[in-house]
Amino acid sequence: MVTLVLPRLAARAERRFQRAAAVAGRNVAAARHVGYWWVLVSGFFEPVLYLLSIGLGVGALIKGFTLPDGRTVSYAAFVAPAMLAASAMNGALAETTMNMFGKMKYMRLYDGVLATPVQPFEVALGELMWALVRGSIYSVAFLGIMVGMGLTSTGWAIAAFPATVIVGFAFGGMGMAIATYVRSWQDFDYIMVVQFAMFLFSGTFAPVDSYAWFMRIVVEVTPLYHGVQLLRGLATGALGWGLLGHVAYLIALASVGLVIAGRRMGVLLYK
Amino acid sequence: MSAAEPLITARDLVKRFGDFTAVAGIDVDVHAGEAFGFLGPNGAGKSSTMRMIGCVSAPSGGTLRILGMDPVRDGSAIRARLGVCPQQDSLDPELTVRENLTVYARYFGISRKVARQRADELIEFVQLTERAGDTVEPLSGGMKRRLTIARALVNDPAIVLLDEPTTGLDPQARHLVWERLFQLKQRGVTLVLTTHYMDEAEQLCDRLVVMDGGKIVAEGSPRQLIDRYSTREVVELRFSEATLDSYVGKLESIGERLELLPDRILLYADDGDAAVAAVGNRDLRPSSVLVRRSTLEDVFLHLTGRTLVD
Amino acid sequence: MAHPAYAVFEHQLVSYRRVWRGSVLSSFLLPVLFLLAMGLSVGGYVDRTGGLGVRYLDFIAPGLLASTALQVAASESTWPVYSGFHWHRMYHSMRATPVRVADMVRGHIAYVLLRVALSALGFLIVMALFGTLHSWWAPLALPVSLLVGLATAAPIFAFSALVKTEGMFAVLFRFAVVPMTLFAGVFFPVDSLPLAARALAYVSPLWHGVELTRAATLGTASAWGAWAHVGYLVAWCVAGYLLATYRFGRRLAE
Repeated sequence: MVTLVLPRLAARAERRFQRAAAVAGRNVAAARHVGYWWVLVSGFFEPVLYLLSIGLGVGALIKGFTLPDGRTVSYAAFVAPAMLAASAMNGALAETTMNMFGKMKYMRLYDGVLATPVQPFEVALGELMWALVRGSIYSVAFLGIMVGMGLTSTGWAIAAFPATVIVGFAFGGMGMAIATYVRSWQDFDYIMVVQFAMFLFSGTFAPVDSYAWFMRIVVEVTPLYHGVQLLRGLATGALGWGLLGHVAYLIALASVGLVIAGRRMGVLLYK
Repeated sequence: MSAAEPLITARDLVKRFGDFTAVAGIDVDVHAGEAFGFLGPNGAGKSSTMRMIGCVSAPSGGTLRILGMDPVRDGSAIRARLGVCPQQDSLDPELTVRENLTVYARYFGISRKVARQRADELIEFVQLTERAGDTVEPLSGGMKRRLTIARALVNDPAIVLLDEPTTGLDPQARHLVWERLFQLKQRGVTLVLTTHYMDEAEQLCDRLVVMDGGKIVAEGSPRQLIDRYSTREVVELRFSEATLDSYVGKLESIGERLELLPDRILLYADDGDAAVAAVGNRDLRPSSVLVRRSTLEDVFLHLTGRTLVD
Repeated sequence: MAHPAYAVFEHQLVSYRRVWRGSVLSSFLLPVLFLLAMGLSVGGYVDRTGGLGVRYLDFIAPGLLASTALQVAASESTWPVYSGFHWHRMYHSMRATPVRVADMVRGHIAYVLLRVALSALGFLIVMALFGTLHSWWAPLALPVSLLVGLATAAPIFAFSALVKTEGMFAVLFRFAVVPMTLFAGVFFPVDSLPLAARALAYVSPLWHGVELTRAATLGTASAWGAWAHVGYLVAWCVAGYLLATYRFGRRLAE
């Protein structure tokens, strides 16, 4: 029985993966055009600039920085992993919310795609795969800069890389689900405010213990906090079982997002 | 699936959007190798029918089988063997002409090598070789439509669905599209198309159904439909006076039938010249007289009392 | 009859009525969140070392006011202008009326300045609530914001009339607006920048705006003397306006 079912399941999974890869392949083809490159490359600079400005510039005004566990690190070393997490979030959200909404509503790309054997869930998966590839390139570059500035070691940077993929995966899945609820470009104003608030308050620039208790609860429920904690733990070499909790949270978020996105796209496009 | 079984079978097919019924129970059979048309004005339910056949819209009632499969359960497998040219071009504006085809081929699981090869053949087939490396954005409407048709052929489909293939194109571009579609027909490709142009239906369709208000009102080949629902010739009369109604009584019993349109009167007669002579005998002086053969437009007018293009 | 430039201004107001909710969020709430996150929570750590001589909150609040002016001016001068040529083609429709190119630029920039003024006023009130206004000169921060708004909006109008793809705006923000916001003295004094970066900060209109705003709200002297900063900003305004009018004309003649 098992021998009969498994190969068939595997073949089905492989076809699904291939079709998702074809969706991602479309973005690779588009990325080869010159204008797109500019946007892609420039996206890398933003987190680096933040690191230099806040991490080094403001960091110069803060002498040592004591972590909750008592160790003292430079402010830049404290902020850098948070910028890495935020960059993974911003990259994944940009690709999945704005770009996906544009493709769905304005370019009407998926109308053409769904006339082929490709199914909505596979479109969602393919877009997410692309977001992860693109995000990973940014993450590797940023980790390289962190190592170069002496903000983490090569070993910990390598350990942190898969975690950045998980963070991207979580926000990509969530972003896609959100994109299916967006009505017009104006709605992105709201998304941006929430995104920016997370960026500022998720223990990014200062530890959350300085917040009032109710603020802490809100922050600890939101996803970026978990991404920041996970990456900061890895980049500063502070391992603990708590990190697995952050990983579990992020993977759960990604899965829920993907399932919702696949379903909603079916509803929106198969009218 | 036996060879004689139709590629598409619909029985009492219904599509509802909330309270609105777009398709109100239609029966259709499309056989291998034929060019089948849905003719009707905007809002007749043609596009909804096409979307159901394209497996991107689930029927609200009745049965629909395509290539021997169920469109709801086997949608993906059916779509693998369809080529779809939607009413609104959904080309990828960020890609070049060739990339639009190669990227699309990948959605069907076609290997990169075969995709490139087929893209080049199709680009030549739709006469876009010189624009192959350009992005889609600056292409003319006719070029875009030809590219969309090429895209619909990239998987070597068993059935090609064309929703209003020449709507919005200028006459020259339309002829170019027709010529390409005619070539496909010659090759034995099964075509299913919707149109509200009677000349398009006459040129391309072996068999067609006339739709109005979500229902099929007539079915047959263009010739059969004209023979059955119209006369051989039609006389179009225009008068300089604004009120055409007064002429209706005066023209009575000339030809078989008379239709009053806002700007002209149509006299249906097997012998048009005889009818014109009869008009002259009654001392009526039309400002213009045109004798022509009956078309599907006349069939539609007779069946529904309305014109196709308004 | 009203001046054609006023009609252009009014046209913008009509569309603003439909989108003002989202814009309140992005042009008012975002800077306030920044003030809270940086000024209060990070500020706690800065103040312990006492390197600035003033509270960190007092230091960055005027900087954020000037950068808000830049932010609003930039976002209102990019996509909306581009859209006027490419999507809505509003400028093309205006071209068919007695409205002149200069009227289009003036009317639309006037609207951008209104948006800058509204955001700046809102932020000034928040600053007052947080007790960051320490001088009677503080109200002057409002006209300074307008000056920063014009000095940045005008050249960006020219840029938006020039570019052919909207992707270039991401580049503008990432290579000009964001670096200015981060390095032109908003969050830390430019003295700590390496020489080359400091020179770039001096070139940027934002730094001059930050200096003037900070001088106004703290009641201190600015780096180069107020009139030098004002003069520099006015130069950007004039050059930007001339360039914008020229670019608009070129684009509409195509």
